[in-house]
Amino acid sequence: MSDVLVFAETDGREIHPITYELLGKGRELCDKMDASLAAVLLSGTSMEPDELFYHGAEKVYRATDEAFSKPLEIPFKEAVVQLVEREEPKALLIGATNFGRSLAPRIAMELHAGLTADCVDLDVDEDGDLIQIRPAFSGNLLAHIKTRSSPQMTTVRYREMEKPERNESLEGEVVELELDISPEAMQGLEILEERRTEKVDLEDADKVVSGGRGLKQSSDFELLEELAELLGAEIGASRPLVDEGWIDRAHQVGYSGRRVKPKTYIACGISGQSQHLAGMKESDTIIAINNDPSAPIFEYADYGIVGDLYEVVPELIRQLKGGS
Amino acid sequence: MGSDFVEDYTYVVLIKQVLDMDEVEFDYEEGRIDRSSATPEPNPFDLNALEEAVRLKEDTGGKVVAISMGPSQAESTLRDGLARGADEAILLTGQEFAGADTWATSLALGRAIEALEGYDLVLCGEKTVDGDTGQVGPEVAELLGIPHVCFASELEQTEPGAVEVEAEAWGATYRKKMALPGLVTVTKDINEPRLPSFSDKRAAKKAEIKHWGAEEIGEDPDNLGISGSPTYVADTEIPPPDKREALVIREEVGDAVNKLLEHVELGGLG
Repeated sequence: MSDVLVFAETDGREIHPITYELLGKGRELCDKMDASLAAVLLSGTSMEPDELFYHGAEKVYRATDEAFSKPLEIPFKEAVVQLVEREEPKALLIGATNFGRSLAPRIAMELHAGLTADCVDLDVDEDGDLIQIRPAFSGNLLAHIKTRSSPQMTTVRYREMEKPERNESLEGEVVELELDISPEAMQGLEILEERRTEKVDLEDADKVVSGGRGLKQSSDFELLEELAELLGAEIGASRPLVDEGWIDRAHQVGYSGRRVKPKTYIACGISGQSQHLAGMKESDTIIAINNDPSAPIFEYADYGIVGDLYEVVPELIRQLKGGS
Repeated sequence: MGSDFVEDYTYVVLIKQVLDMDEVEFDYEEGRIDRSSATPEPNPFDLNALEEAVRLKEDTGGKVVAISMGPSQAESTLRDGLARGADEAILLTGQEFAGADTWATSLALGRAIEALEGYDLVLCGEKTVDGDTGQVGPEVAELLGIPHVCFASELEQTEPGAVEVEAEAWGATYRKKMALPGLVTVTKDINEPRLPSFSDKRAAKKAEIKHWGAEEIGEDPDNLGISGSPTYVADTEIPPPDKREALVIREEVGDAVNKLLEHVELGGLG
């Protein structure tokens, strides 16, 4: 019997790093609840569970089935529901990735379990129950949610929890799952095409150079791209530029776009609307370049240059290249 | 586009009334939202869902039914939906629905969809700007026992009885074929919602909005609203805005950049 169960997300090839963050937080919860930590690993081709043990899982429930080779939720739902009904974990943690946020509600509905979305922190109360902390109202409010049902289900936001230190001396038990995936589970949805086109790795980027309404035309992104290339940064954008079609939505930083947490965020010509701030305010260092000294972005930045981005960015590039 | 087939589909759009997030004010001391500070409006993501349903209807025929759950004031959001092209509107309203979490909300909406004469495609926004959960769509799909796709950026009706949907997952974009009935949650990428015309607005003012309660949807009131909700809000806090004390540099550009680089190690590849 395992009291905290972590859903190990994969992309069919590799384990998603959110899984290790969930194991780290799961370990902490288990210590407070005097419980044990397990993970469930479902994949199309057999995957080694070792990394899950190295990051704190004591037990790994594993199943390998063609049904798990594609991001189609229903077979995953059936598998997790069967495991939960058998093992009755107290808590079930799932990463708040696109797939996790699509899968978890189906599991919750079938199990008649409470599900709390997109948590940024988890704790345990005096009764050993979860306190699930999550932002709402576009990130302006933090709610503490409790759950009456069992299991207590939660999806957890990526890059909010510490990834535990990898310890190769840790071992655990592998339990091969006998599952009964119904033929209906495979019906209704089929994948016609998979495209891995332009990979925009904003969420994982260490540095982001973003453009906003201060840009005069779409081709001016070239200027930001030159700076980004020099720094090894990804390109971000505020919503208006995406709405204008100047850049693909994969680059949008903000509430309705991506949430980024880089070491360095350089906001060029971005005024700092709350929509945008919701996506980048947790960056370690924020540098704002804007010609309007009253732009709200300066209140949320660590460094600000009041000036025209068309002068500042080229000068920054020049000095970074070693020009004095 | 223009499809070479005609379907008499019923498109169901789930719409929530929310507060305009650009206006809403927060009471930092009390940890509360000042609900009087902002105008209620339809959840922006749900307007993309409605626009998509109306486009599909224009293309292949059928009708659009908008369903909302909320207090009687939420009628204004459904009237907005009617003005934007919905043909019928149903409001789940009454004390029995109050205080519902996503599970109980999904139960109510799902039962309401089952109570329709039939349905083919259910659409809703990827999330609401107040709850931010994105859970109601897939929960409704599970209750109805139909397939779903979340976070759709494209939707196309290519053959009778199915739709093709594009969405991101596992670090890639997938194009999926979904048999109907099915449910799709949409992102803002999918379309640009039209603004309603003055005459459509005027017509919507007089249109009938059905009010349904627990009885009409055939569900025990104990399973709805706060009593049917497996989660509850134990506490709320409004964290102060994450303001920082910026070092604001106002020098001439060369000096300004120089000063910035003295303070920040930007590194680089070289």
